Amino acid sequence: MKSSAMRDLMAVTARPEVISLAGGLPDTSTFPPDTFAAVAQRIASESCAKALQYGPTDGLGETKDCIAEVMAAEGMPLDREDAIVTTGGQQVIDLVTKTLIDPGDVVIAEGPTYPGAVPVFLSYQAEVVQIEMDSSGMRIDLLEETLGRLDREGRRPKFIYTVPTFQNPAGVSMSLSRRRRLVEIAHERELLVLEDNPYGLLRYEGDGLPPLYALDGGVYVMYLGTFSKILSPGIRLGWVAAPPPVLEKINLGKQGTDLCTSTLSQLMVQAYFERGNWRDYVDSLTDVYRKRRDTMLDALAEHFPRQAEWTRPGGGLFIWATLPDFIDTTDLLARALRDNVAFVPGEAAFLDGRGRSSMRLNFSGSNEESIREGIRRIGEVVTEQVELYGTLTGERRAVPSSEPQAAGEVVHMPTPAERARRAKG
Amino acid sequence: MQASAARVAVLKGGRSLERQVSLRSGARVEDALTRLGHEVVPIDVGLDLIRRVRDLRPDVAFIAMHGRDGEDGTVQELLEILDVPYTGSGVLACVRSTDKVLAKHLMIEAGIPTPEFFAFNETAFRELGAAEALGAIEERLDFPIVVKPSSQGSALGIKFARSAADVPAALVAAFSYDSKVLLERHVDGRDLAVSILDGEPLPVVEAVPQGDEFYDFQARYEIGRTSFVCPAELPQGATEQAHELALRTYRLLGCNAFARVDLMLDGAGELTVLEANPIPGLTETSLLPQAAEAAGISFDQLVARILELALDRTAAT
Repeated sequence: MKSSAMRDLMAVTARPEVISLAGGLPDTSTFPPDTFAAVAQRIASESCAKALQYGPTDGLGETKDCIAEVMAAEGMPLDREDAIVTTGGQQVIDLVTKTLIDPGDVVIAEGPTYPGAVPVFLSYQAEVVQIEMDSSGMRIDLLEETLGRLDREGRRPKFIYTVPTFQNPAGVSMSLSRRRRLVEIAHERELLVLEDNPYGLLRYEGDGLPPLYALDGGVYVMYLGTFSKILSPGIRLGWVAAPPPVLEKINLGKQGTDLCTSTLSQLMVQAYFERGNWRDYVDSLTDVYRKRRDTMLDALAEHFPRQAEWTRPGGGLFIWATLPDFIDTTDLLARALRDNVAFVPGEAAFLDGRGRSSMRLNFSGSNEESIREGIRRIGEVVTEQVELYGTLTGERRAVPSSEPQAAGEVVHMPTPAERARRAKG
Repeated sequence: MQASAARVAVLKGGRSLERQVSLRSGARVEDALTRLGHEVVPIDVGLDLIRRVRDLRPDVAFIAMHGRDGEDGTVQELLEILDVPYTGSGVLACVRSTDKVLAKHLMIEAGIPTPEFFAFNETAFRELGAAEALGAIEERLDFPIVVKPSSQGSALGIKFARSAADVPAALVAAFSYDSKVLLERHVDGRDLAVSILDGEPLPVVEAVPQGDEFYDFQARYEIGRTSFVCPAELPQGATEQAHELALRTYRLLGCNAFARVDLMLDGAGELTVLEANPIPGLTETSLLPQAAEAAGISFDQLVARILELALDRTAAT
């Protein structure tokens, strides 16, 4: 979170009476308590002393076997020695940035990018160059343009950070041809890529696309995985798979940060995976989230004015909505909070002040009734502002959108020139 | 006089958009009160406020809230009903200060210079066609124009309109915070704050924005983007004049115990009053504690004084 105004506003969103579509929380309410108890019991009786002890910095071998199982489910083979178990996926972003970035070094990211990565990049004083996206993910043509420009300036990015599948916050996935091209570019330019893939298994329709790591074979692609969205964020367990020289450096960094990932959490994952049905729980979550996504899309079509547009994610946790450019979503959040509803203002996903008319909406953390009501309330304040603007300019009128938006260039961020053209038209 | 150990309810947080700052102010006040030997009970203000205050029966409430509810007279009114003494200004002063439009009208009437302005509520635009008057207002005020919500305490919702094209979006933003907004002539100059403690002005603080070609209100609240100079180095006579204007404003609005008055000093050496804050921030980086420090008053002494004034006021009535 960059602006202090937004931080102040976000502090209010945590109040219990607020319907928060702002978080990125998975639903943990359907996890069977019996399973939790059995797993805990098993650790208590079989590995109590081990669970209470430090472990190796790179993680327990047994946990890495579970990680290999998850990666295999998305078509990626993994050897134990190619991965380090981390304290959540967030730690991977921190460790990779800490390992590779000196102040002023360039990181390339999507625009918008994962809001949680922004403070990490800032704290290591990286210069972040954000590449626009469309409905097929990061615009690789623009990436190549940018790499060319950086070349001419004698600068070489340290790595490219991307969430290619069901992106946070945009909710779109990178097309297969762009994935292939990105991996080619990485090889041509010997450029590292950090692929952040928390949501790959939370797919609500269609066929899965191969992760960059599978296409690349772990040569230039560092892979970030997590148990947060397929099991629990509370156990704080993620991992990184990376080429050996990078992995060694990350290992050193982790040693300094926290010695090792919680042994107790690692053993819980191991005991849980030994029960053999982890995919069933992911399937049940997928069913819940699919319904919530559909509910949110229906509510958006019903309650948002036609000047608004939004993405239709095939998986993951988020929808990205963009409003007319005269609405600043940080100010809108202040108004929405009066009606006890919250979202993440788009500026949180940029480091350069863009995204001010967009918002991230989460559909996994609230039930369908709250989603409907939350979107109704946001739609009401948006409509109110569109009408007020119309009154002030004698131009635009809010009309509820009659049909779902075509998945066009909805995450495309207009350039100042385009904005000027739109304003005139 | 050192007040004997009292049971103090520190009211903080709440639903205001300045919740975060308030929590920091509150925490700092709690630490000071504890060091001063008082019994401290923090209350994050919510639906259970009345019940908690009734159960607690505090000797006094220290209101460390900013913005809506805490600074606009609402909590003060409730404490009056509960017959609990509280720190700072009373209901009327809070109402007058928080409503910038009302405060500015009072200033004009009293001959206190304040930047020229026009204020409207949403109804004026929605039902009375006020948009058609925007052109005349713009001509009168000149660009850039400052557009702000009438009652928001911090920098939230304050926009600069550099041209007529910026005005509608700036108004939409300001209306996000309040149903009444004002368009104000922008004063190009130095940003000053005079804090007042028990009717005595403290050294002037100047906020100096770093780098930005155009003053960005956001900068005020971002560490590293604004530096503060206290006491401000001002031209001859300006400090006395700023003190006098701040004090007149403080008295005009009926403030009590403490407050902070924000002023501008333009290139011609003219001072204007922007607004008064009945409960200014009390965090490590806030201006009132900085000004007190410059006057040789430590934070603990400041808190002790504010508490004493609240207790004295009760004793007197």
